Amino acid sequence: MITAGIDIGSITAKAALIKDNKLLATQVIPTGYDHLGAAIRVFEAVLRKAGINKKDISAIVSTGYGRASVTFADKAMTEIVCHGTGAHFLNPEIRGIIDVGGQDSKAILLSQDGKIQDFAMNDKCAAGTGRFLEVMARAMDVKLEQLGDFGFLSNTPSKISSICTVFAESEVISMIAKQEKREDIIAGIHDSAASRVAILARKINIKEPVVMTGGVAKNTGMVEALKKHIKCDLIVGDLPQETGAIGAAVLASKL
Amino acid sequence: MSDTKKHKMKSAKKMRDLMTTYYIDALSASQNNKQVAWITSGGPVEPLLAMDIIPVYPENHAAMIGASKMGDDLCMKAEEMGYSSDLCSYARADISCSVVKGGPIGGLPKPDMLICCNNICGTVLKWYEVQARFYNVPLFILDTPMCHTHYHPETATYVRAQIDEYILFLEQMTKRKFDHEKLMQVGRLSIEGQLLWQKVLNTTRHKPSPMSAFDAFFFLALIVTLRGTRVAVDFYKELNREMEERIQKGIGIVPNEKYRLLWDNLPVWYQLKWLSNTFSDHGACLVADTYTSAWCGTIKYIDKDNFLDSMAEAHTRIYLNIGVDQMAEQVLDMIKFYDVDGFVMHSNRSCKPYSFGQMDIMKIVRDKTGIPVLMIEADMLDSRNFSQSQVETRIDAFMEIIKQRKA
Repeated sequence: MITAGIDIGSITAKAALIKDNKLLATQVIPTGYDHLGAAIRVFEAVLRKAGINKKDISAIVSTGYGRASVTFADKAMTEIVCHGTGAHFLNPEIRGIIDVGGQDSKAILLSQDGKIQDFAMNDKCAAGTGRFLEVMARAMDVKLEQLGDFGFLSNTPSKISSICTVFAESEVISMIAKQEKREDIIAGIHDSAASRVAILARKINIKEPVVMTGGVAKNTGMVEALKKHIKCDLIVGDLPQETGAIGAAVLASKL
Repeated sequence: MSDTKKHKMKSAKKMRDLMTTYYIDALSASQNNKQVAWITSGGPVEPLLAMDIIPVYPENHAAMIGASKMGDDLCMKAEEMGYSSDLCSYARADISCSVVKGGPIGGLPKPDMLICCNNICGTVLKWYEVQARFYNVPLFILDTPMCHTHYHPETATYVRAQIDEYILFLEQMTKRKFDHEKLMQVGRLSIEGQLLWQKVLNTTRHKPSPMSAFDAFFFLALIVTLRGTRVAVDFYKELNREMEERIQKGIGIVPNEKYRLLWDNLPVWYQLKWLSNTFSDHGACLVADTYTSAWCGTIKYIDKDNFLDSMAEAHTRIYLNIGVDQMAEQVLDMIKFYDVDGFVMHSNRSCKPYSFGQMDIMKIVRDKTGIPVLMIEADMLDSRNFSQSQVETRIDAFMEIIKQRKA
């Protein structure tokens, strides 16, 4: 039996295919304005990648903020249960998940058998999310992918006191005006975002081993800052961004 | 979308009619040579009724403003007047409504006096001072110290002495001797009303629950505004009969009730229908809440033969004026009594005394019961503090966890 999971996030759309409890293929594309359109494109792309026909798919589960827009899915489920299921599928030892996505950051606690025990999500504020880092990368005039490397170069991170993305941006601009070192400011940005996410982890008394999922897991500077703030090791798998889609595909196989 | 209208409650229309009559009486008070007192929701209303003064509740009015989705405009108006957006949205809406005469009933009748009891929060002190200046009327403040652990003798003496001052204040305002005889009658009706309200709330122990917290939020208005009157007693007797009838016939408010939940904090007035439907679609019924039970929660302290002394104690020991440990005890009792599967906490941007301590209560509930707890960030009146898609994701995930646990 082949099943599919489609995760429509605020920035990227992800799809995964599972056959008999084995991962077949995954795909990531930008979401854009049209959620259903993105869902169709990413689904077709992952089918092409795996060389599978649409009619061979037994069930589809959608997740992410656009989950309700995926009208061709059999069921919509939240990214919390999908990330939990995906992380457990990829590594059954995992007890804690830190997921930092485009507009959401969350901490999830799993039981030993992979069930969700508890979760905490950021409030309405964007600080501590991927969007925050995007805004900051633009203010620092570096590519988003370069942020992580820059952060590593600093021994004396700047202190960003604002907890609001908009205010933090103007704080960063005033630091640029004062000619503080770019790497220090970037390390400060990571520290600031990580401290927000760490609160979520502490709220639910996260247990090790902890995996990091979501697009921001690709930012090594942010991962290091998070390790420091949560005071535990963080595992980053090969497919951090696709974990939710994989979980959705696993859940589809149980429909 | 589930149809919650299918078994519509007959008492709802009756209740609307009674509330309309109440507000018409209040709005036409001056024409009938009657005095109007504005009073906080937790304030001692019985002495007002004993002196034939019409009590009016800015908080009940604010709830109506919220349910009519008119809160944002009034809050913004207050902000234009210079009030901070961090100020309680009820206070903002009430203050600006006095100026613009907005809201669903064009504002409350002008008060002849203001009665403020700080057992519910500290904001009411400044809020009522602002209104006392605006309307240029006397303000009486009843100060009820926080009961972190016990009701100490010093507290009892202090609050009781203020009740005497309150009575003197009312005598001065009405230029009449206080009617102790009538207070006894009002007191008995108040106690009877509270017991009947408790009985209504207790009916949701039944599975399936004949009503939900969303109905309680609505039916609450009478025990708040007409506590101490025959009207309230008669209405709640009738409501109890209707609930019993629903139980007899096995009518549940949520079709196919599968999960039972407890709600904490004030309602999100402008999203009642959406929240009700969202939970109902999961087969979940909010069977009880910590908010509506506040209007009968201290009945155990009231002695009908010693009404004034015991009233002082009852007003001081309400849910929002006790320690977090005691609040948690009440929550644990409710979880057991109503046999709930999960606990939904509304972290209310406006209501600091209600929302402060929620993290501790959450932890205590988790440690002692193991049931899932959800925290929703919102505001009772100002919808600019509510994000539907974020709340929806949290509710869906919370329900997934509950379903997983019960499977």
